[in-house]
Amino acid sequence: MARVRLESLKKHYGSVRAIDGVSINIESGQLVVLLGPSGCGKTTTLRCIAGLEQPTMGKIYFDDREVTHLSPSERNVGMVFQFYALYPHMNVYENITFPLRACRVPRKAIETKVKEVVQIFQLGGLLRYKASILPPGDQQRVALARAVIRDPNVLLLDEPLSALDEKFREEMRSELGKLQKRIGITTIYVTHDQREAMALGDVIVVMKDGVIVQMGSPEELYEHPQSVFVGNFLGTPGMNFVECLYDNGLLFLEGTEHRLSLKRSDLFAKLSSYQGKEVILGIRPEYVSLFEKSFENGLSIAILAIEPAGRYRLVDFLIGERVFRVRTDWSLPLIVGHKVYLYFSEDHICLFDRSSGEAIVT
Amino acid sequence: MDGKFKDSIDKAVDGDAIAELARESSRSIVARKHYGLSDRAFMFIFLLPSLFVLLFLVGYPFITLIRSGFYNFSVLRATTPAKFIGVENFSFILTDAFTWERFIFTGKFVVLNVFFQFILGVVIAYLLQKNFRGRSLVLTLILMPMMLCPIVVGLFWKYMLNTEWGIVNYVLSLFGVGKVEWLARENVSIYSVILVDTWMWTPFMILLALAAFTAIPKYLYEAAEIDRASSWFKFRHITLPLSAPVLIIAVLFRMIDSIKAFDLVYTLTGGGPGSATQTLSFDLYKRAFQYFYTGEASAYGVILLLIIMSSSLVFIRYLNRLAMQNVRR
Repeated sequence: MARVRLESLKKHYGSVRAIDGVSINIESGQLVVLLGPSGCGKTTTLRCIAGLEQPTMGKIYFDDREVTHLSPSERNVGMVFQFYALYPHMNVYENITFPLRACRVPRKAIETKVKEVVQIFQLGGLLRYKASILPPGDQQRVALARAVIRDPNVLLLDEPLSALDEKFREEMRSELGKLQKRIGITTIYVTHDQREAMALGDVIVVMKDGVIVQMGSPEELYEHPQSVFVGNFLGTPGMNFVECLYDNGLLFLEGTEHRLSLKRSDLFAKLSSYQGKEVILGIRPEYVSLFEKSFENGLSIAILAIEPAGRYRLVDFLIGERVFRVRTDWSLPLIVGHKVYLYFSEDHICLFDRSSGEAIVT
Repeated sequence: MDGKFKDSIDKAVDGDAIAELARESSRSIVARKHYGLSDRAFMFIFLLPSLFVLLFLVGYPFITLIRSGFYNFSVLRATTPAKFIGVENFSFILTDAFTWERFIFTGKFVVLNVFFQFILGVVIAYLLQKNFRGRSLVLTLILMPMMLCPIVVGLFWKYMLNTEWGIVNYVLSLFGVGKVEWLARENVSIYSVILVDTWMWTPFMILLALAAFTAIPKYLYEAAEIDRASSWFKFRHITLPLSAPVLIIAVLFRMIDSIKAFDLVYTLTGGGPGSATQTLSFDLYKRAFQYFYTGEASAYGVILLLIIMSSSLVFIRYLNRLAMQNVRR
């Protein structure tokens, strides 16, 4: 188990900057998720840590040892590839013992190790099966077993759940989380699925266009997004955004007659330089309440659509030209086309700079 | 609207007429089937010409070959009726000491030939996997010998290996090596033949091995790299097993070709010195077209065929087993 430190890591392919200055500090035993849309450089970062790619610039440390220019085999990392990359011609036993056999570990030690991982990953009945004929879920467990059997410094997971179907993915997700905590291995997990990231990550690193947009605990990222991008990317559905004009404690919602008066005094101070300027108001769907009756600061808007989602409903409104989604329970009778009053929980309001998309208040 | 159609609409008013119409139309479908030809029939009609050609060019000669193996017969004396002698031709060949020498020579030649070509082919293909400048040029040059005519290859190697004025001995003399009688010494000439055949056919091995190697997904090597496997371990446990089916086919081809090696030997050594480099098929050629022992040569051909078929079978069974392994556990 090791701490992992990336220092302004860069990887350029000609003029394409796959990673452009990524620095991360990962504590021993942490599970860090690299999250971002495809092409954001998360997989390239992982491959650099594995040693499968040489970074153009920057340094990688395991504990205090620099590994930047070491080959993968000198780094002692375990990795699960997106489609598992099991050795198709070998059976499960041969697959999971491959890393040990490659290092000429004595047979007795191999047997003890195999017993250990077979128990952890419940592979008992599968050992003699060809890896290529196993269902994806079993293949994934085999790939994990192969990755951890020789006690690597770091475990690297490249979208390990993406090949599984929805139901099974959730099951495996929680399995994976429990397992990581049990083995206590430093883990770096790459995914584009924010739900996976929220469920698993001790720390989430959100990446976009080769740079880190924000890094922090799931809660921190969810409640206090530092940019419109993060606010939108995390959560199902993502944060709602409305363009507004700020004037003396009042927010005028663009394209509508509505206005909100702000009560929190800390907001005034931070917004002082935005007097008379445009800002973006952001609020999560669950922090908007719906009421039948009017009261102060309520916005009266007609319902555009209602989408049942189990215990909740997602109710769509149109504010300006943007669809605004509200998550609400079933207590209020709602009818499409009828007007209801929207009330924004002011503690959960986020405000962003219009031109940069950076947060002013979160 | 034509009258008939109008009629049928009128008829259709009552239900009986509708049933009548339906019967009529179904009858016409059945009728068409009877007068036309089914797909199967068409298939046979199209296959017939090639079946006939095949029968004529392969089936008939094959049966004649087996038949004349049991007769004392020569095409030079076609008017003399062939005399049935049972298995005498076969027993003569199989008890003939000279033939056994040919068997042993051919066996040795095949084993060494395929062995060298396999090793060289796999090693060179392995080296050619990596991308380097001028790779495609090197590849093209390497593949050239295979595309030449065997007769030509035999002839120019014959000159190059000439003891007195061949370029090989000249180059060796620059390093102080004395004259080697490449083609004139019994125990050297077999290696000369193997050398030339290997020069010519290793490219075939390279080509197939390279194709097999390239088909192995790159991520498996990445996984192995992560798993701390050495180059040899990767080669031994990933490259070889995953390219085995193609390599086996390549070896099979080279083996069959080596068993029936003739053209190269014919031009390079003429089977000599003495009869030292006569392969089985060379021997067969002499019996059939120099001495015209047609019956005996036919028996010889049948034996050769059996050898090739049974040795191929070993490989094909192994290949099938590999294929089955990928389906079952």
